[in-house]
Amino acid sequence: MLRKGFAFAALGFALLAGPALAATTNEEPANVHWSFEGPFGKFDKEQLQRGYKVYREVCSACHSMDLMYFRNLGQKGGPFYDPKYPNPNNNPVVKSLAHDIQVKDIDTDTGDVVSRPATPADKFAAPFPNEYAARASNGGALPPDLSVMAKAREGGPAYIYSLLTGFKPAPAGLTLAAGKYYDPYYAGDLSGSWHGAPNKVPEGGAISMPPPLTDGKVTFDDGKPSTIKEEAYDVAAFLAWAAEPKMEERKAFGLGAMIYLLIFSVLLWFSYRRIWKNVAH
Amino acid sequence: MSGHSTYEPKTGFERWLDSRLPIIRFANDTIITFPTPKNLNYWWTFGGILSLMLGMQIVTGIILAMHYVPHVDYAFNSVQRIMRDVNYGWLIRNLHANGASMFFLAAYIHIFRNLYYGSYKSPREVLWILGCVIYLLMIITAFMGYVLPWGQMSFHGAVVITNLIGALPVVGPSITTWLWGGFAVDDPTLNRFFSLHYLLPFMIAGVVALHVWALHVPGNNNPTGVNVKSKEDTVPFHPYYTVKDGFAISVFLIMYAVFVFYLPDALGDAINYVKANPLQTPQHIVPEWYLLPFYAILRAVPNKLMGVILMFGAIATLFILPWLDTSKVRSMRYRPTARLYYFIFIFACLVLGLCGAHAPDDMVIPNVAGPQFLDANLNSYVWLSRIGALYYFVYFWVITPLLGLTETPLPEPESISSPVLSHPASAPAGAAASPEKRG
Repeated sequence: MLRKGFAFAALGFALLAGPALAATTNEEPANVHWSFEGPFGKFDKEQLQRGYKVYREVCSACHSMDLMYFRNLGQKGGPFYDPKYPNPNNNPVVKSLAHDIQVKDIDTDTGDVVSRPATPADKFAAPFPNEYAARASNGGALPPDLSVMAKAREGGPAYIYSLLTGFKPAPAGLTLAAGKYYDPYYAGDLSGSWHGAPNKVPEGGAISMPPPLTDGKVTFDDGKPSTIKEEAYDVAAFLAWAAEPKMEERKAFGLGAMIYLLIFSVLLWFSYRRIWKNVAH
Repeated sequence: MSGHSTYEPKTGFERWLDSRLPIIRFANDTIITFPTPKNLNYWWTFGGILSLMLGMQIVTGIILAMHYVPHVDYAFNSVQRIMRDVNYGWLIRNLHANGASMFFLAAYIHIFRNLYYGSYKSPREVLWILGCVIYLLMIITAFMGYVLPWGQMSFHGAVVITNLIGALPVVGPSITTWLWGGFAVDDPTLNRFFSLHYLLPFMIAGVVALHVWALHVPGNNNPTGVNVKSKEDTVPFHPYYTVKDGFAISVFLIMYAVFVFYLPDALGDAINYVKANPLQTPQHIVPEWYLLPFYAILRAVPNKLMGVILMFGAIATLFILPWLDTSKVRSMRYRPTARLYYFIFIFACLVLGLCGAHAPDDMVIPNVAGPQFLDANLNSYVWLSRIGALYYFVYFWVITPLLGLTETPLPEPESISSPVLSHPASAPAGAAASPEKRG
């Protein structure tokens, strides 16, 4: 009897409860494995080189990386590091990669704005002179800076990989505005453009970036087949490196610190046992 | 500082100095010969750990300040420059950012140890109040420090918290404008937060000195809660507690190092790696983990002013705790009923932390449409945080005063030495059953 009463009460409450509130949703990023995972993980240099090529040939058309300098590419742990050139500014590969890019400068004789080939000391050139120009060229949307993107989203590089490979045709019932694309990994609230059952709003969001990668879009120098997945995987690894170029140094330093602290703790433990030996406590 | 000094100057210089500035005598009496109860367990090592963390934060902070640029246009990038281009800048910054979390973790353990063993009771009320002052200063310092990297959460967190002051009647809006140095959180706000973030740790250090002074007058409490009766009950601080604290500090540093070297961003919010943008508010604004319980209390109340009053009341309550507790027995080893309510209190604080991390409307049990009750769904974090907040205040204001008057505590031992020296079977049940007295 009592149980029945509870059931009715629960039903009544359930009917009273309002509809679920609209909220931002997205699918969990795919479970991708990286060479740089774990306490001993390191970046795969070849992968970073491929990833740089994807960034340079595809992403950099719209996305800046304001915190990156060409010299970073040749520094220790970087994609083009060469132990022969401890100063990355002397690294010929880095020099030639920088040389391919034109940067704005000021002619000190005339004060005119000029273009010149970049040097390793230069920043990665931004594709647009300012935010307004960037928005004007991208249907009002601002392509975010990618320098620390791999740290600025939950899931990090796995999120980037999932987003780049996750584009899907809009499901039936979803009407997207012109210049918007459906990606279940992009955080958004699609309830406004959804015409199906109210409790079946698709997860994800409408992103202003068209699917940037296609099979064979980039030709990798090491001959690796450039599938969409490979391109996305490599550029995500490159962005993970760019977000924290000192990661390998951090882990290597950490190993020494842990060993030191463990030995120190053991010594202190035995000192403690010895000093307290004759004290009942 | 308590009792008479046993220091004897050995050299001519020491005698000369001792009659002018007895600083060696002071150091000797404070950290060498200071009589310390011999039964302190590892929960007592957090005072030492906290001193180390304060020093760590000040040293790393001073180095960071050499490279940081307190300006809305450059702050975010200057922090990244520290991570990328400054020699070992990544280490200094990871130590500082994770150090704040470790500092709070140690402070919370220190506070909860205090609550369990009744260390705040007479004659240590002033010691406890000074500790509360330190905790309050820590909260303010940490909040301002979190604003400095000028990420999205830094900025919008600063907006939310400074706006709370605006809820005060009449003077609120003027004070908020005064705090901001303008009509919004902007460059003047960032500059003064940086200035105060540099100042407050030195004030904390000053209060810590008073805290240690106030500790050395009555001396340490101990796990039995009974007073030190004789010399048999104590050991000199050095080497007994320098080595024990040293071991605990070293183990604590291992945990700290795991975060610094292997999980440097685990305790932070990813969105704070996006540069502050006043025009784009993040989906969820949450403080760092150590402030989540207070954030949950704030949001538990629909009225903003009441929320602010309760949030500050939660901290203010701590200040008067010595007078809310009516029990004469210090240690909860001998207060089984109080112990039960104490563990529920810890649980309530954890639940409040969980509530603070979630949006108020989120379901606690997923996919169960709970009943609507008053202004919110019962299966939501709003109601859970209300239950948690209610218990928080009831614990201090109702349970603690009443329990001291009504409970029957177990018999306390005669002295610190007696439960230790006598056979476990003849010792009081509570003492013998306590595994934490070992060590």
